[in-house]
Amino acid sequence: MTNYETHEHDVLVVGAGGAGLRAAIEASAQGMNVGLVCKSLLGKAHTVMAEGGVAAALGNVDPEDNWEVHFQDTMNGGKMMNNWRMAQLHAQEAPDRVRELQEWGAVFDRTKKGEILQRAFGGHKYKRLCHVGDRTGLEMIRTLQDQGVHRGFAVYMECSITKLFKDGDKVSGAFGYYREDGRYVLFKAKAIVLATGGVGKAFTVTSNSWEYTADGQGLAYDAGADLIDMEFVQFHPTGMVWPPGVRGILVTEGVRGEGGILTNKEGKRFMRDYLPESTKDQFSADDEESKRWVDAAIAGVKTNDRRPPELSTRDNVARAIYQEVKAGRGSPHGGVFLDISYQDAARVRKKLPSMYHQFKDLADVDITAGPMEVGPTMHYIMGGIRVDADTQMSRVPGLFAAGECSGGMHGANRLGGNSLSDLIVFGRLAGLGAAEYVKKLGSAPAIDNKDVDSAIEEMEEPFKRAANADAKNPYDVQKTLNQVMSTYVGIFRNKEDLETGIAKLQELKEDVKKVCTKGSKVYNPGWHMCRDLKNMLIASEAIARSALSREESRGAHSRTDFEQLSPELGKFNTAISKDGDSMKLEKTPCPEMPEELKKFFVKKETTHNG
Amino acid sequence: MAEANLKVFRGEKDSGTFENYKVPIEEGMVVLDAIHWIQQNIDPSIAVRWNCKAAKCGSCSAEVNGRPQLLCKSRMDKFEPGEEITVQPIKTFPHVKDLVADVSWNYEVNKKIVPFTPKPGHNWVVYQEDIERVQEFRKCIECFLCQNVCHVLRDHNRKDGFYGPRFMVRLAGLEMHPVDDANRLKMVKEDAGVGFCNITKCCTEVCPEDIHITDNAIIPLKERVVDEFYDPIAKFFKTVFKAK
Repeated sequence: MTNYETHEHDVLVVGAGGAGLRAAIEASAQGMNVGLVCKSLLGKAHTVMAEGGVAAALGNVDPEDNWEVHFQDTMNGGKMMNNWRMAQLHAQEAPDRVRELQEWGAVFDRTKKGEILQRAFGGHKYKRLCHVGDRTGLEMIRTLQDQGVHRGFAVYMECSITKLFKDGDKVSGAFGYYREDGRYVLFKAKAIVLATGGVGKAFTVTSNSWEYTADGQGLAYDAGADLIDMEFVQFHPTGMVWPPGVRGILVTEGVRGEGGILTNKEGKRFMRDYLPESTKDQFSADDEESKRWVDAAIAGVKTNDRRPPELSTRDNVARAIYQEVKAGRGSPHGGVFLDISYQDAARVRKKLPSMYHQFKDLADVDITAGPMEVGPTMHYIMGGIRVDADTQMSRVPGLFAAGECSGGMHGANRLGGNSLSDLIVFGRLAGLGAAEYVKKLGSAPAIDNKDVDSAIEEMEEPFKRAANADAKNPYDVQKTLNQVMSTYVGIFRNKEDLETGIAKLQELKEDVKKVCTKGSKVYNPGWHMCRDLKNMLIASEAIARSALSREESRGAHSRTDFEQLSPELGKFNTAISKDGDSMKLEKTPCPEMPEELKKFFVKKETTHNG
Repeated sequence: MAEANLKVFRGEKDSGTFENYKVPIEEGMVVLDAIHWIQQNIDPSIAVRWNCKAAKCGSCSAEVNGRPQLLCKSRMDKFEPGEEITVQPIKTFPHVKDLVADVSWNYEVNKKIVPFTPKPGHNWVVYQEDIERVQEFRKCIECFLCQNVCHVLRDHNRKDGFYGPRFMVRLAGLEMHPVDDANRLKMVKEDAGVGFCNITKCCTEVCPEDIHITDNAIIPLKERVVDEFYDPIAKFFKTVFKAK
């Protein structure tokens, strides 16, 4: 019999980025005995990579701002696919959550009056992003980490969860292993909050770290939750394109927020040509107006000039860059140029320090002296585990989700800065929801020993397969998966490609059953990858099937065979769930917005996806 | 295609040997890419800790040709063609496997530090010029390279008496925060052991975030400790004041 250690908690939080940490802090504050599991060391989660800022309508720079405008921007950016209640809660609660971070020690950049400084970002009508240079995510995670370690919850570092257990329909615990030495661990838990982030490692070019292997999406799917809106995958317009080793690494939208200009190889500033008719009036009419807006922003003074076209939403800018490159107007390494070097060098280094170092150290480019080369990189998934807007509980009782692994908040396209605010708003609500659920729960649900045995068996299998003639290297399988997703389920999609992609994913599912590993269980990345692949395959298939089913272009989902936005299809979410051994896809009606919120959206219906 | 000669420490818990690998070089490649190449093409079980690959998370600390640094920032084109590139784990902390060390001691130290404690009723009007220094300290990505290179921890293993440069930076960031109300100077002097530092500045030299650890964090903390506990004039006034 294989040994494992056992821990018992009221609430187990899986994932220790912004959402997981905030959930753990909240559940703990509610008197719960909390365990926090993180796949990396504490404070290293992907939140640390967030750069530009956290969106909250504080109105410090633009006093006209308020939650209602933030709510409208979010819904418009998401092409009205957002769960309206989540978007509302997010806009209403983000300011309090940001102030709370400040009270916990976060040191945001300041306005001249000594308030939290806010910068412009794509799709946000007003300057709304509270930031610390271009390392806002680091500030957030360190603040939550330093706050968290004094809250008395247990932290399990470098620990991966491989299985969720249920007693009847209720969540009862989780099983996993420590990466450090491969020993197994069983968590008995009355409620579980998944905060595991995204799915980027299923794609070749991504801004995401190795941790982003769709763990939460895969675990929740297996446990009976449904995944919504999985077709909406955000390609960030500006990732590094050169040198090859750094391809995909994020270049913050803050560069454009601070006045960065996008040009093609002919020197043409192309973004104005790609602005959708419906939003054109929100942007400057010419380069002169853009310049006046930037000058006013730098001086910290009010202006009636409109923002530059580079600050359109991410889906538009990513498509524009892709099309410029495809038309042969790209930069030498297959991107376009992003230039901030026309501004004072000292200011650029102060406002964008990590961009300055990233390009200087990794690409030998001085961004204060010349342009960067940038191109789209897979960045974020809007879809995810369907949850109740107020409690963050999935349809599995006791299973909660927050942050990127949950779905609904961002609709068809996420605005920059809305992710960090999402983490703290819904991280808190998930912690609260889980605590309320546990308080009402009678006896603790039980875990069946047989389930634990099969979870152990699953992890032992890759070692046993090493001797098989048809054994596969997990990294080879991942590489093929990356190629399939990037080739057939990328920025622009069509029926034929998606069907090809889905067929290839079926073949890969067979390969995943053959992956093997050698060596010991001590810190063995190959072994870990064997398990991670299963989650990535679930998410990838969900993305491809959802994309095939949505016969329109909406937000980040662009179909070359259905270029128009369909008002009728916009009334339904795509929902993926497990049905025996196969994947079930349903179209479920979007929650109906109440009249008092509908009044914000009186614009005439459009079929143009922009 | 050009090839690099990597000599990587392989083994568990200090018992191990250096293994040689030939790795094809791509333009712009860093040492972490080379380790990943080995992982994907030769041995999937080779252990390396990493996350962001952009010098933002501080996970991939190791020693390359004896110099402590982030593997994701160690450019392959900085080495001579054919030069042997030795990669080994950071030395100051217990070895786990291959390039991974057990840095959990740092997390235990962090728990002991009195957290940020805002002055009650503060209006949160804080000016940029008053937080510049604190923001410098908050750039820290907790790569623990400063801890690794500190003589007190590395050569004398005085983890019982000295918190190390990383936590001097954290303590300085809290002590210099304009809204913080707690006094940690007794901790700085006693538990954290600021007196152990003899200002060799090795920590500053290896910091990938260019934090002036010694000049801006440790020396000012030493000065504050002196002012608080050893200043004879201040002591005189304190005594007289108390006597009243």
